[in-house]
Amino acid sequence: MDVNELRKLFPILSIKSAGRDIVYLDNAATSQRPVQVSDKILEINNFCNANIHRAVHSLASAATGQYEAARKAVAEFIGAGAEREIVFTSGTTASVNLVAFCFGEKFVGNGDEIIVPEAEHHSNLVPWQMLCERKGAILRVLKVLDNGELDLDGLERLISDRTRLIAAAHVSNVLGIVNPVGEIIRIAHSRGVPVLIDGAQGIVHEKVDVQALDCDFYAFSGHKMFASTGTGVLYGKKRWLDSLPPFMGGGEMIGSVSFSGTTYADAPYKFEAGTQNISGVPTFVPAISMTKLCREDASLSQNLVNIRDFVLETLLQDDRIRLFGVPRETSAKIPLFSFAVNGAHHEDLALILDKMGIAVRSGQMCAEPLMDRFGVTGMLRASFAAYNTMEEAEYFIKSLDRAIKMLI
Amino acid sequence: MTLQEKKAAVIEDFSMYDEWLDKYEYLIELGKNLEPFPDEKKTDDRLIKGCQSRVWLDVREDKGKLYFSADSDAVITKGIISLLVSVYSGESAEEIAEDDFAFLESIGLRENLSPTRAGGLVSMVDTIRTLAKNGR
Ligand SMILES: Cc1ncc(COP(=O)(O)O)c(C=O)c1O
Repeated sequence: MDVNELRKLFPILSIKSAGRDIVYLDNAATSQRPVQVSDKILEINNFCNANIHRAVHSLASAATGQYEAARKAVAEFIGAGAEREIVFTSGTTASVNLVAFCFGEKFVGNGDEIIVPEAEHHSNLVPWQMLCERKGAILRVLKVLDNGELDLDGLERLISDRTRLIAAAHVSNVLGIVNPVGEIIRIAHSRGVPVLIDGAQGIVHEKVDVQALDCDFYAFSGHKMFASTGTGVLYGKKRWLDSLPPFMGGGEMIGSVSFSGTTYADAPYKFEAGTQNISGVPTFVPAISMTKLCREDASLSQNLVNIRDFVLETLLQDDRIRLFGVPRETSAKIPLFSFAVNGAHHEDLALILDKMGIAVRSGQMCAEPLMDRFGVTGMLRASFAAYNTMEEAEYFIKSLDRAIKMLI
Repeated sequence: MTLQEKKAAVIEDFSMYDEWLDKYEYLIELGKNLEPFPDEKKTDDRLIKGCQSRVWLDVREDKGKLYFSADSDAVITKGIISLLVSVYSGESAEEIAEDDFAFLESIGLRENLSPTRAGGLVSMVDTIRTLAKNGR
């Protein structure tokens, strides 16, 4: 499929910014929605809205059917062994917090240790800090090398007999490098330590097979992969989900309730308390089709590779620019570029680019420790999606040059 | 100039620019006119919270009037704060505390800046107001 054909499925791409079609390069923050996803939300609201898992009437069973069809689609999409291993949440943050709380309650105690890389998004960092504070456990930090790759050699040394879990991003939202998660999991498992993967960025660009990967938990958000906002997934191996206590109480997460004692439903339902995102979760079905199309269509995937190579090379050659996250193998880089410009503030650059019709992210990008690691107060980030064109990439590079010249 | 006259002058200056990039160029120039702000004054208690960039603001009083000085590590923000510094320096605490700061909307700053930046602008205005009400 030609990228311009694809763009027609995303109506928002033709809204105007600074007098031209918006150039949306903040895809790592959230992707745009194709019409199929918006249509699904409308379909549910207009024809299929009822509370799921509760009533026997036919509308409720239709709504439940839509919801559970999404669970099946997600399970297939990530190669889970069973639909029961898929828990719906409100997003990556909620998924990580669920594990930090439930796993923490059961398996983490005073003096135990959790390992996270230095590059993590606050969503895969703060929940572990909170857990450590609650339990008197210790957070150990896996270093990031100067080029943005993880210090894998350091991992072996970091693991001790008190290590209870390793939580690492599949792809950092700042560095855009596909981390060697398979290797991390292999090392961790050889020491008997389970691993949670934060797949918020990884799920968008990488084919994920949780069984091949052998991760214990895999967390991601719907909104970064074309699905509705407020949707998320926690994959957990069955034996882990079965052994964890519930997270929140209430709604259909129960077995039976009485004042003498309450029992809980089996996984995944014991983790889905309260009314779920009934209109959002079913959008995983069209969103997964779209994600697969973008990855598997030869023309679309080549377009994104071309953009990556062009932007990477241009930024690397520009000696005003300090690019963070340059892996030894270019194939490990997703089309996401965070950088600092000598003598120009990231916020000024973002404001000027905005007035040129380009949406980029500036600031600490929810990864303050990583900013400290590289000695900057913030960065500018351009992140591309399958619907971005080479013309947009070229316009971004030209506009960036103009913006820098305005500032220095 | 009175406070009203200063504000009218700013509105007039900005009316010359139709294009946002030109307004930014102008703000960047304004920022360059700020008095140097010594590094030792760049302390956390002078830092304005709620801005993406770092903005420091200081105030002193002389014969019943307030005089502001400021700095920022981002140049567009520096232009904005320099605008505030030049308009409100030399005014009495009462007058500043009661001012509506509406001229910022007349020059399009509040509506045209991104929400985070607009948040930053609000923080700058709030800080100036608080300083006028309570002193340092
Ligand atoms: C790597 C990573 N982890 C976690 C998150 C948090 O995702 P959400 O805000 O959807 O919960 C994000 C996105 O902001 C991310 O990029």
